[in-house]
Amino acid sequence: MAIEVRIPTILRTYTGGDKAVSGSGASLAELIDDLEANHPGIKERLLESKDGGDDLRRFVNVYVNDEDVRFLGGLKAPLSDGDEIVVLPAVAGG
Amino acid sequence: MLTLDRAAYDAIVAHAKRDHPDEACGVVAGPAGSDRPERFVEMVNAAGSPTFYEFDSTDLLHLYKEMDDRDEEPVVIYHSHTATEAYPSRTDIGLAMEPNAHYVLVSTSEHGNNEGAVEFRSYRIVDGVVSEEDVTVVDSIPTTTD
Repeated sequence: MAIEVRIPTILRTYTGGDKAVSGSGASLAELIDDLEANHPGIKERLLESKDGGDDLRRFVNVYVNDEDVRFLGGLKAPLSDGDEIVVLPAVAGG
Repeated sequence: MLTLDRAAYDAIVAHAKRDHPDEACGVVAGPAGSDRPERFVEMVNAAGSPTFYEFDSTDLLHLYKEMDDRDEEPVVIYHSHTATEAYPSRTDIGLAMEPNAHYVLVSTSEHGNNEGAVEFRSYRIVDGVVSEEDVTVVDSIPTTTD
């Protein structure tokens, strides 16, 4: 199963400069584990520990087919072959 | 150094004054690798706050897809400070995720929504390190740099 994941500039150090990589998984959590296996270190940049488990970092946005994954169940969001994932760091500050 | 044309400079200042006392934010996009800020894009501050800004997540996706289609990048990322100086806050530094961008800070603390000078400064923020740079405002950006 192939899912295209678009990688933001700041995380391309983990993908050898590639703007997009291919991954697999039946949920966002599985996909991120798969990405970590091929691009070690990337998971730490996407997830943080919260309430004893992993959650998406507050200032990392992940979109599944143009929908913010926070509205699709977060890490539990189901994925299927052909889905397009976009990762974008928030543009934010104080 | 940041070289910006007068129209983009004026648009950033006008946006900051209009949204005062909330923080205003946006980008000036340009061809990838060119360092030419050419296309002013005003963004909504989803936080609607005098002390915080964040691009709305749907708008953010739309902006990046549009830039991708046009082979652009955010050459300038700007936001305003409405009660403090135009220097990156600890939050600004911690959340700066575009190492190639010029981070422009405008302070409206002196004149608020009214006419009058603003503080307009630019920085590189890379791996938590802030370097201020000069800002040059020109009538139009030259096609070649000498």
